[in-house]
Amino acid sequence: MGEAIVITSGKGGVGKTTTSANLGTALALLGKKVCMVDTDIGLRNLDVVMGLENRIIYDLIDVAEGRCRLNQALVKDKRFDELYMLPAAQTKDKHDIDPEQVRDIILELKKDYDYVIIDCPAGIEQGFRNAVAGADRAIVVTTPENAAVRDADRVIGLLEQSQVPARLVINRIRANMVRSGEMLDIDEICQVLAVDLLGIVPDDEKVIRAANAGEPTVMDPSSRAAIAYRNIARRMLGDMVPLMPLEEKSGVIKRFRKFLGIG
Amino acid sequence: MTDKQHITIKGVKEGLVFLLDDKCEFSALLDELQFKLEKSHQQLLTGPIVHVHVKLGARQASEEEKESIKAAIRQRGNLLVQSVESDVPQEPEGENPHNLKVHTGIIRSGQTLEHNGSLLLMGDVNPGGTLLCTGDIYVLGALRGLAHAGMQGREESIIAASLMRPTQLRIGEVISRPPDEWMSGDAAMEFAYLSEGVMKIDKMTQLHRLRIQPVVFKA
Repeated sequence: MGEAIVITSGKGGVGKTTTSANLGTALALLGKKVCMVDTDIGLRNLDVVMGLENRIIYDLIDVAEGRCRLNQALVKDKRFDELYMLPAAQTKDKHDIDPEQVRDIILELKKDYDYVIIDCPAGIEQGFRNAVAGADRAIVVTTPENAAVRDADRVIGLLEQSQVPARLVINRIRANMVRSGEMLDIDEICQVLAVDLLGIVPDDEKVIRAANAGEPTVMDPSSRAAIAYRNIARRMLGDMVPLMPLEEKSGVIKRFRKFLGIG
Repeated sequence: MTDKQHITIKGVKEGLVFLLDDKCEFSALLDELQFKLEKSHQQLLTGPIVHVHVKLGARQASEEEKESIKAAIRQRGNLLVQSVESDVPQEPEGENPHNLKVHTGIIRSGQTLEHNGSLLLMGDVNPGGTLLCTGDIYVLGALRGLAHAGMQGREESIIAASLMRPTQLRIGEVISRPPDEWMSGDAAMEFAYLSEGVMKIDKMTQLHRLRIQPVVFKA
């Protein structure tokens, strides 16, 4: 029996789908059998980020309404044999499925996969309830902004009510802004949210480039965000991996320039 | 007869329980009792001797009133009144500020903790979280959300917190909005109180000046 993990945030645009795609891929990279489920019905984009849009035949609603078998709707990833995705429907909306139906589908998937990664829509309404229904744990994604932290707090409260333990991923950290005090720092966020920190992901242009190319960032080991996602995946498997330093390792020349105050 | 029933008669193992409404007039209750006993429930109330317990709900009846209920029931020879009871008199909560509730946990955004009396919270209140109390509020943790003490006008209520960083404080009818109105840079435990209708904030050590309670040392 595998484990179902919902990726949620409350606020939109903090990187739920990117995190889902990258963690799913990173877990597959570590040799796990993974299925990603997009529950953002009507606004699906996990398939776009994964570059699997043109392979979709059936979707989540088709499965729920019995128009196809679960296995028929699963889309196999083009990079890994053990990575699958269950896409959301694009023409329906969140009320066309209820939490019990999602729970049944997730339960079915857990039998065959080590990890079921559920990509949750923004908001705390029906879509959120659907996504959380089948989850054993949650990863709450936030960015170092007050609004995102507030929403993350609200979501953690709701998850506690449904007895889904949550861990935190802080996305899109900019080292230079944290250093100058313009951005909330990690300790501050952890103090307010009071949940375990699973990892931090630095802001990286390569993430956007990769998402547009339909190629998850994790595949590119030169990207710092990729390393961060791989670290998170290893922590999910129970490895002890230290948090990556925010600053890039600076070379001798850089350090010298910094010393002179021009770096 | 009145349109609403004030008396419910229930059969239990020991006999009958008369549940009397606690909101209506006492005289209405007596009238209905008479009516029920004499008219509508004859089939139930004739026969062998039955023990009767009368429950008055939250109504606090005087001895005479209890006696008149007993008298009315005794008219039926087969009914034996065993007891006439009110519910355990509850402390009129709102008026007792010392009805202290201890709660452990984090009050997160969108969550509200409401209490009649004073509240001791072991944990934080996050921005968007709310505490509502008729008495005092003490937070052993960081107060980052909204706290309203003395809700029903108890203006002598205070709000104390280990770390005072609220989005808004209310005591009685007074609303204060830090940090526009005041800001405390201290990390020490502080409390907010009303002084002549204005909210002030001070260190915990100053509270004894506001609330003079002679200390009694027992040998």
